[in-house]
Amino acid sequence: MENEQVLLEVKGLRKFFPIRKGFWQRAVGHVRAVDGIDFHVYKGETFGIVGESGCGKTTASRCIVRALQPTAGEIHFRVNDGEMTDVANLSRDELQPLRRHMQMIFQDPFSSLNPRMTLFDIIGEPLLVNGVADRRQRIERVEELLALVGLRPEFLQRFPHAFSGGQRQRIGIARALALNPSLIVADEPVSALDVSVQAQILNLLLELQERLGLTYLFVAHDLSVVKHICDRVAVMYVGRVVETAQTQQLFESPKHPYTEALLSAVPQPDPTLRSQRIILEGEVADPANPPSGCYFHPRCRYAVDLCREQTPELEEVEPGHAVSCHRALELDLAGTLDAPIPQTAHS
Amino acid sequence: MQDDRQPILSVRNLKTSFFTDEGIVRAVDGASFDVHLGQTLGIVGESGCGKSVTALSILGIVPRPGRIVEGEILLRREPEDGQAHEIALTSLGDSSREMRSIRGAEIALVFQEPMTSLSPVHTIGNQIIGAARLHRNLTRREAGELAVELLSLVGIPRAEAAIDAYPFQLSGGLRQRALIALALSCEPRILIADEPTTALDVTTQAQILDLLRSLQEQNGMAIMLITHDMGVIAEMADQVVVMYLGRVVEEGPVETVFGESKHPYTQSLLRSIPSIHSTPKVQLPTITGTIPHPYNRPAGCPFHPRCPDVIPGVCDKHEPELHSVGDEHLVSCFLYHPVPETIS
Ligand SMILES: Nc1ncnc2c1ncn2[C@@H]1O[C@H](COP(=O)(O)OP(=O)(O)OP(=O)(O)O)[C@@H](O)[C@H]1O
Ligand SMILES: Nc1ncnc2c1ncn2[C@@H]1O[C@H](COP(=O)(O)OP(=O)(O)O)[C@@H](O)[C@H]1O
Ligand code: SF4
Ligand code: SF4
Ligand SMILES: [Mg+2]
Ligand SMILES: [Mg+2]
Repeated sequence: MENEQVLLEVKGLRKFFPIRKGFWQRAVGHVRAVDGIDFHVYKGETFGIVGESGCGKTTASRCIVRALQPTAGEIHFRVNDGEMTDVANLSRDELQPLRRHMQMIFQDPFSSLNPRMTLFDIIGEPLLVNGVADRRQRIERVEELLALVGLRPEFLQRFPHAFSGGQRQRIGIARALALNPSLIVADEPVSALDVSVQAQILNLLLELQERLGLTYLFVAHDLSVVKHICDRVAVMYVGRVVETAQTQQLFESPKHPYTEALLSAVPQPDPTLRSQRIILEGEVADPANPPSGCYFHPRCRYAVDLCREQTPELEEVEPGHAVSCHRALELDLAGTLDAPIPQTAHS
Repeated sequence: MQDDRQPILSVRNLKTSFFTDEGIVRAVDGASFDVHLGQTLGIVGESGCGKSVTALSILGIVPRPGRIVEGEILLRREPEDGQAHEIALTSLGDSSREMRSIRGAEIALVFQEPMTSLSPVHTIGNQIIGAARLHRNLTRREAGELAVELLSLVGIPRAEAAIDAYPFQLSGGLRQRALIALALSCEPRILIADEPTTALDVTTQAQILDLLRSLQEQNGMAIMLITHDMGVIAEMADQVVVMYLGRVVEEGPVETVFGESKHPYTQSLLRSIPSIHSTPKVQLPTITGTIPHPYNRPAGCPFHPRCPDVIPGVCDKHEPELHSVGDEHLVSCFLYHPVPETIS
């Protein structure tokens, strides 16, 4: 990704939710859902955010599209190849012209579509809101979008309940594409789908990226999917980025003990690869009451005294590979290449 | 413990249908397989293929308007006199005393969502104590000790305190452990686990799968593991059953089904899964089309509208049956067995 233009840069992003108690609903503490994350996304790439449930992936992505107001931090976004603008603190009115450039796709194609609207209304709504008043023009554009995502134009007047999960996800994608956005934020877009449908949607996303030059921020918990679709990846743990690198690099030579454990836990569709898994002890820390020092230390098999006392910073260990671990440089961790070479698929 | 080659549970040509106002849903349409003590049978397939209904049928808890319309489910028992005998669960009434005592005691079930199978208004401890005393002759005190023992066996920290917790006070992973402890309380010989880790994160999933494996090593129970995740099957199963639209399309030892799969559906499914070893950003081979609606089952081979190897005039007219294609390896596909000689 050398010489590439940065489309999105996130600096020190934080989102805390108050924990309220009692009759007066006084805030008695905070859930540190996103606790200071930094990353940047190049134009035309797919940047993955991966991590286990509750680690803050959705909160982070909702802050970036400003569906949530961040507690702190900067979100620089480049519009039409121009200057970068910090959208973190823009008012509603200031944001309005920028919103069309960032669109979101959701996990649950079932609940994210209004059952009382036809495909024309669903996909054409963003056009209408953005001033495409002419109905004929909207019909044309919606038909074009349907074709783009592999749905038949005759579907225009149908309601979403008549469609399967994969088709509904296509509808959601068509709607997101209506205004020619440059950034698509996709939150677990294939998690609710069956394997065979998942493959179709992943292929569609790859194809659309190539044709339209889209940039994806791709949020997922499935590491195989992330490996398949992302150019670079950030691994989150309890509201923080613990490691970020090129996909291949991250999978082959992870530098953070949490990444190592995560990779080792993924069950492989190949019984010859049944191997020793790293079974993590205990549970993910509570973001309302995180441990001292390195948040991962209670579960880390490499933890030393320093880890309990001092929070490691996210630092570059080699170009493009940043890790937040006191021992990143001395540890020799296992990646996916250390597993036996898988059998080649049948003819 | 390890039994001879006799299965503890045999399912023979099971057919379970739902008679709805819109039509008949043939949820399970002729499934046959065996479950052995000390082994894990994996049942895999995409959503709606009939995995859960198969489990419900074995336990005799198929909800209305569904019922078993054909087939046999045989449970093998070895009483004290050493004379093994089989009882046909399908001939017992679902709510008969015998079926109720088999359910929970001999065959236990662990569901995907522990929140719905644990009672929200009773403590974890009381639920285990209640279940254990229902099927076993224990005093309350003994059952209480058993509850603590089981909760620590399944890896719940501070088990003495955890027996007083309500399900909502536990995380997803701990609830799943509690549910497994509950299922184990009657020392079942068969544990049916329906998507036990689907709602969990990968690291928690690894913990639970590890737990199931070590429990099986300790007590030699048979596990029937139902999942849509080929990775989990490859990791856990000894024998694999692949289902599509209510039918078993392929069956065999795990290495065979993954290494030398024969059925076009199994082959396509395996190719369409992204792997952490795969090359990034290349198009995945996909299966064309989608799973048909259960009211509109295709005639002939249920996979024929999507099959890359379909034989026109054959696959759309005749129903293939399971035939042996190798050691313990069964496939239901006309590529591997002759077409019935009928004039249509
Ligand atoms: N109560 C019911 N009434 C009518 N049809 C039903 C009922 N329960 C299940 N079915 C149908 O039976 C078929 C098999 O369902 P089943 O729940 O066994 O699938 P599954 O393989 O477990 O899928 P999933 O992975 O989504 O749970 C489906 O077509 C389903 O719609
Ligand atoms: N509206 C909210 N109020 C309080 N806590 C929240 C809210 N939304 C999210 N959280 C908490 O923030 C953390 C991160 O949540 P989320 O970003 O949704 O996780 P993910 O998407 O990775 O599963 C979790 O601990 C979650 O419980
Ligand atoms: S800083 Fe210490 S506890 Fe944290 S990941 Fe590194 S070695 Fe483990
Ligand atoms: S029977 Fe025919 S349609 Fe069915 S899987 Fe075999 S070749 Fe394909
Ligand atoms: Mg989420
Ligand atoms: Mg199911």
